[in-house]
Amino acid sequence: MADIKVAAYICKGCGLGERLDADALVKIAQKDGKVPMAKSHEFLCNADGVAMIRNDIANEGVTHIMIGACSRRAKTEAFFFPENAVARANLREGVIWIRPDTDEARETTQEMAEDYIRMGCAEVKAMTAPGGNPNTGTSKTLLVVGGGVTGMTTAIEASKTGYPVVLVEKSGALGGWAAKLYKRVPVHEPYKSPADTGVGDLVAQVQGDSNIKVYLNATVAKTDGAPGRFVVDIATESGATHTEDIGAIVQASGFTLYDMNKLPELGGGKSANVVDQAGLEALAIAAAAGDGVIRRPSDGQPVKSVVFVQCAGQRDPTGTHLSFCSGFCCNASIKQAMYFKDTNPSVDTTIIYTDLRTPGNGEDFYRSAQEKGVIFTKGKVAEVVPTANTSTVKFNDLILGDADASMVDVDLVVLATGQVANSGINIDAPAAAAEEGAVEIKPISILNLTYRQGKDVPQLKQGFTDSHFICFPYETRRTGIYTAGPVRRPMDIAQAREDATGAALKAIQALENAELGRAAHPRSGDLSFPKVRLEGCTQCKRCTVECPFGAIDEDEKRFPVFNESRCRRCGTCMGACPVRVISFENYSVNSVGAQIKAVDIPDEFSEKPRILILACENDAYPALDMAGMSRNEYSAFVRIIPIRCLGSVNTIWITDALNAGYDGVMLMGCKSGDEYQCHFVKGSELGRVRMSKIDDTLKTLNLESERVRDLEVAITDIERVPEMINKYAAELVAVGPSPFKGF
Amino acid sequence: MSANTAMAEKYRNNFLKEIEDQVEMGDWVKMCMQCGVCSGSCPTNFQSAWEHPPQELFMMIRAGKREEVLTTSSMWNCTSCYNCIVRCPRKLPITHIMHGIAEYAHRLGMAPKMQPTRFFSGLFWKNCTHTGRVNELKLSLGLYFKDGFAQGVKNGMAMQTVALGLLKAKRLNPFELFGGHKCKDQKGIQAMLKKAYEIERSRKTAKMAG
Repeated sequence: MADIKVAAYICKGCGLGERLDADALVKIAQKDGKVPMAKSHEFLCNADGVAMIRNDIANEGVTHIMIGACSRRAKTEAFFFPENAVARANLREGVIWIRPDTDEARETTQEMAEDYIRMGCAEVKAMTAPGGNPNTGTSKTLLVVGGGVTGMTTAIEASKTGYPVVLVEKSGALGGWAAKLYKRVPVHEPYKSPADTGVGDLVAQVQGDSNIKVYLNATVAKTDGAPGRFVVDIATESGATHTEDIGAIVQASGFTLYDMNKLPELGGGKSANVVDQAGLEALAIAAAAGDGVIRRPSDGQPVKSVVFVQCAGQRDPTGTHLSFCSGFCCNASIKQAMYFKDTNPSVDTTIIYTDLRTPGNGEDFYRSAQEKGVIFTKGKVAEVVPTANTSTVKFNDLILGDADASMVDVDLVVLATGQVANSGINIDAPAAAAEEGAVEIKPISILNLTYRQGKDVPQLKQGFTDSHFICFPYETRRTGIYTAGPVRRPMDIAQAREDATGAALKAIQALENAELGRAAHPRSGDLSFPKVRLEGCTQCKRCTVECPFGAIDEDEKRFPVFNESRCRRCGTCMGACPVRVISFENYSVNSVGAQIKAVDIPDEFSEKPRILILACENDAYPALDMAGMSRNEYSAFVRIIPIRCLGSVNTIWITDALNAGYDGVMLMGCKSGDEYQCHFVKGSELGRVRMSKIDDTLKTLNLESERVRDLEVAITDIERVPEMINKYAAELVAVGPSPFKGF
Repeated sequence: MSANTAMAEKYRNNFLKEIEDQVEMGDWVKMCMQCGVCSGSCPTNFQSAWEHPPQELFMMIRAGKREEVLTTSSMWNCTSCYNCIVRCPRKLPITHIMHGIAEYAHRLGMAPKMQPTRFFSGLFWKNCTHTGRVNELKLSLGLYFKDGFAQGVKNGMAMQTVALGLLKAKRLNPFELFGGHKCKDQKGIQAMLKKAYEIERSRKTAKMAG
């Protein structure tokens, strides 16, 4: 730590000057904050204010800046000093906007502001300006795994943007699932008839593009490295291995239809005349090559009646089959029924459905099928009984309330089974438990990652790859590796192509960020990265196990190896580390700990409790800011510190706070579990697991369990959060002041 | 029709095709998407006679339930309020289809014989085409005596205050019972109707023939 020179700036704009005593705040910064240079300004974010700060940096040698003004989420462009360590004391959204403008409230409001100045000064001194991850990679090549519609679209889009692509396809030909289709659901006006799949076009585009290198009959044998510097071994059928330098990866490994042999009650596998949707496509292609008449497989007689069974093995509440709706199958069955009606309108085509779902312009397609005479029957098929050359379909007619409805002498039954993701190895499921799963476990790895946490990207419970569904759909829990298409969620061709385009752009963003040593989403552009004092490490492996993004490997001596380019900067490792040797340049155990200690704790007779709030900066902190914007008042006794993620909370902060005489600690993090909203996927969950053990600490300190409160907060909780804060503050009054005050 | 054939025709398109061919606006039946808005909108929904709401009737047609559809009194209960037409998201002319199916059932002689709407329609038609004018007294008496003489007298007694009031107000002429007044060119009316029947019959035969 060479010469650091800290300067504090207090803004008087936006009503701060009227509501707060700015001169007192300047004095606090000088006296308590021990800042040699402290100034106030009428309007800090205007050109003059910013010029003042810039001048101090240039001419006064200021290295560390503490700005007491608005929230750190506001005026980020004005207060942009990339060469300096910057801390922000939130006096506007965090103080004056959440306190009433009354004489009685003036004292506590001023005390709140003074504490935030003390905290800001303490924080900035514990920081250094982030310098960026030096361990960068410069490869601009995109690896696309899978040569179906998604993979080819990704390759074409990336190539158009000017990035070279390596495409690996397991089979001997490009085209994937779509190449096995006779026709596709239309995507253009008038949405009336099945359309050409367009696969031939895509294949020609890929093959004609010198920027795209295609490996057929090839698999990914090994993926090593990090974004910008992946080294990928591609194994081809001949046994040869090609090594490619890759910047980012898009996995488009697609789906497999749910195995209809698991549906014997629906005739699956029991008769040649019961097929899945793939089976019907094959029949249609064979027919188109001949006289156009689709024939039943058992004896080659023309099909006179066909029944489509929707939701076969899907939306199953019993847990035996797929629990979800694959979304594409209604339109697909409508399309397949048209294969019959378009060649011979006298063929009886019946679609038995429980809820027909035809998203988008599928509604026009549905109507067109009705016009063509496809019959839609709302019912639940109970059984398909095949006889020699026909089948009987028994179902519950849900409109007529007839549980024993049936159709006899049906020539062909088509089961609309769902999509099962080809997502590789489920790295979270122990091998023994895997066989119980309803979803078929595919033991073949797609990416063969050399990561400590496993060979493939983590999956959701239904087997699709994990992604932050709302905010970052293409992102996986492996930085620089994106998934697109039906491996991510069930979808049709149109959606897969959109997905592919999105994933291509995200992957390009990732490799560009990697080259600059910056983080990918959600802290996109962040230059800080985890630094570890290995001499203090006890090789406990908590960081390597907990990292939600598999960024940390282990060396031979079981020390953690941080692959900074894979890191998302959530700080979960920092929160996990029992010996606190992991830190970021501008976010560390110390930078938060110093803030906690900087707060002035009044004695137990003052009736001014102090509550520490550690608020997730992604959801809870914006919610608190917005509460301020809406002037939703909350207690003046809270002191809020934004944290990167609940996962980054080190229990020492809580112990320190309670020891220092805080009356309570509130943790605000995102929803965890299956329906998580955490921007770092597992961060809030891991944080909560850690906090669940805080009770022991409280017991050793002889404190009540109410002293620590965990609150699940969403970004929309603008009204709820202030209510919860006030409620907690009232509860703490009942518990009484902390016995640790004044020590 | 043997039980086996009946079974085989269940959920086949045969009856739907028959309806499409024979029933006015019958080709709309296949467009129903079973949302049930028509059933929820129907004011007769509250009557016990309402066996099958429109949505269900359409499904029965698709399910090949010929006998049940054509013999039910459901479509006869339609009051032509047009709520269903206004609300149908698929723009089916439901009211017209109801009348179309009723008319077809009547044509086949399968409609319930003493169904009041059907009985009244027949009575009205006979009454007005006979002389070219509606004879109100005969029409209402015909309706009173629909279910036999005793019931007819009862119905008449129940309505007697109304009838006396009408008499007083000179709105009811008891002598209408004997012949009543006629239109000027009774023969012309008869000839016109005869021609209309002929045209309709030939149109239907042509349609039957395909």
